[in-house]
Amino acid sequence: MIQFFGRSYDREDLIAGVLFILPAALIFLIFLVIPIVFAVAISFTDWNGISPPSEANGVGLANYEALLTQPGIRQSDFFKALKNTVYYVIGVVPTQTALALLLAVIVNQRWLKAKGFFRTAFYFPSITSSVVISLIFMWLFTRGGLINYLIGRIFPGYNPVNWLDDPTGLIHNILGLLGVTLRSAPDWVRTKVLGLTIWDWISGPSTTMISIMLLNIWTTSGTMMVIFLAALQDIPRHLYEAAYVDGATGWRAFWSITLPMLRPTIFFVVTIGMIGCFQVFDQIFVISSGGPAKTTLTIAWMVYRNGFMNSDMGLAAATAFVLFIIIFSLTLLQRRLIGERMQI
Amino acid sequence: MAEQAPALKRAQPLTLRDRLSHVMNSVISVLSFVVLVIFALAMILPFIFSIANSFKTLPDINANPQRLLPSDLDEDGWPDFSIQGYREVAAGDFPRWTFNSFAYSLSVMISHLILDSLAGYALARLRFPGRDAVFMGIIGTMMIPGIVLLIPRFIILKQLGMINTFAGLVLPVMADAFGIFMMKQFFESIPREIEEAAKVDGANRLMIFARVVMPMSTPALTALAIFGFQGAWNDFMTPLIVVASDKNLYTLPLGLALLRGFAGSQFRWDTFLAGSIVTTLPMAIIFFVLQRYFVEGIAYAGLKG
Repeated sequence: MIQFFGRSYDREDLIAGVLFILPAALIFLIFLVIPIVFAVAISFTDWNGISPPSEANGVGLANYEALLTQPGIRQSDFFKALKNTVYYVIGVVPTQTALALLLAVIVNQRWLKAKGFFRTAFYFPSITSSVVISLIFMWLFTRGGLINYLIGRIFPGYNPVNWLDDPTGLIHNILGLLGVTLRSAPDWVRTKVLGLTIWDWISGPSTTMISIMLLNIWTTSGTMMVIFLAALQDIPRHLYEAAYVDGATGWRAFWSITLPMLRPTIFFVVTIGMIGCFQVFDQIFVISSGGPAKTTLTIAWMVYRNGFMNSDMGLAAATAFVLFIIIFSLTLLQRRLIGERMQI
Repeated sequence: MAEQAPALKRAQPLTLRDRLSHVMNSVISVLSFVVLVIFALAMILPFIFSIANSFKTLPDINANPQRLLPSDLDEDGWPDFSIQGYREVAAGDFPRWTFNSFAYSLSVMISHLILDSLAGYALARLRFPGRDAVFMGIIGTMMIPGIVLLIPRFIILKQLGMINTFAGLVLPVMADAFGIFMMKQFFESIPREIEEAAKVDGANRLMIFARVVMPMSTPALTALAIFGFQGAWNDFMTPLIVVASDKNLYTLPLGLALLRGFAGSQFRWDTFLAGSIVTTLPMAIIFFVLQRYFVEGIAYAGLKG
């Protein structure tokens, strides 16, 4: 026995424990903890990523100011990226969660045959490389591609949409149909707020961004369906039996048993969905590189572009930490909101 | 006969409401089945059409993507399949990238199997000072979004001179917090008595771990191996920041993505589709063989995560 801070440990266990944990702990220390500390320091410099970091100049908070407060292209790009990312999250997260839940509830029905087949079909996209899926979607969404072909077959008069190169925003397009354009809109929409005009803020996701959103919904719904399915199978059957004896319909049972029992799972699925969406990167890299007209510029893509294409590692590191703070606070906020409701 | 159980139910006449709800239930069942089939098709068809078109000539892909068979017929009247895309893939850098992808994925998989289980076992069974703090630290790293690590990883690898090296690709991802967490949970579910018995027989901790605990952990280790392999096989961001300027070290996803970059607006869809199929195939085979473990693993991740 060995004493440490007033506690006694088995000598052999202590040595084995330290030796067993050491390799993994070293990997985390060297490639995760130290680099993050390093990157925080880099975010206060103008390091270009090429010369030795010791030659970089300290710039104080300049990188953060350029992104957040100082009017200019970097600020307007950052808020453009924030806007695009937020539209992306709002479009993708609720849709994929609802779709995954719907599919899971259907697959979970007792009368359904070939459950295994459906589970496999829905899960398969999640094991495929994001680059491959992006390429396949690009091919499907080209002007002469299958998506336009399919829509053209259903609606004969359809004028093919150029999905991958259309910067017009969804809300702008809807307003346009109602006769509201920038020209006819009142003057106040031209007011600049945080680098963008109000008109730009309310653009909605561009057509190209919508294609990428569809891609993400298509890929992740399956994984989330499998998670929901596992949770559904854990709900005790007698709850439903009791409800049916009391005369509840299937619909009623869904709202008063299934949904409340699934609340922790929904929280989990929404959280990982949101964290994933805020980081959307691979798809942007392959499909659009932030274009057309910066409408698919996302914060994650900006981190890469600033650091590796514009050789401004300081700005890139600052962008990454702002993104981290956004994701972190949203997770906490969500935990608080749903957590409170769970106690009722 | 009239007193038998099914007849008992019918003793009370069906009200209109009962009948309506019966009809409604059937309608809902049919509708939900239709919904399910539509979405299943939406999931499968993109892959079917990609595979089919990868065996067509480039002009045929561009003109008739909706046809599953090539438009041209050979002299015997059979569809004239083209393997031009696959030929280009085989002639280019793909064989090299396939090798790299296997090397990367297998290295990550093996190191996760060793490091994650060792660490998981230490956290589950071995008492040492600071164990709880280490555990919290490891769980904490799961909260850090991958994209935030992009710049820090590049910086440290550059400082260590590991940019454009295979070691630089593998070392940073040799241990994985989720795997450690999963193994810890699993080891805690094994009854302690088995290890105690081995200890009485004079085995040391390493022997107990290697000879007693590990052989009992096949389900968890299989899930760990699958996650490790899959993560590395599909990984795009790590190769992108570590080896993007050395073509000989590309993995398949990186190679495909950068090929697309060089292509500009001239898309050789035959090559891209063939390359996509080649990239997906190994993972697909593993998936169909070990399907049960995938689904169990993801469910496990979902419930415990």
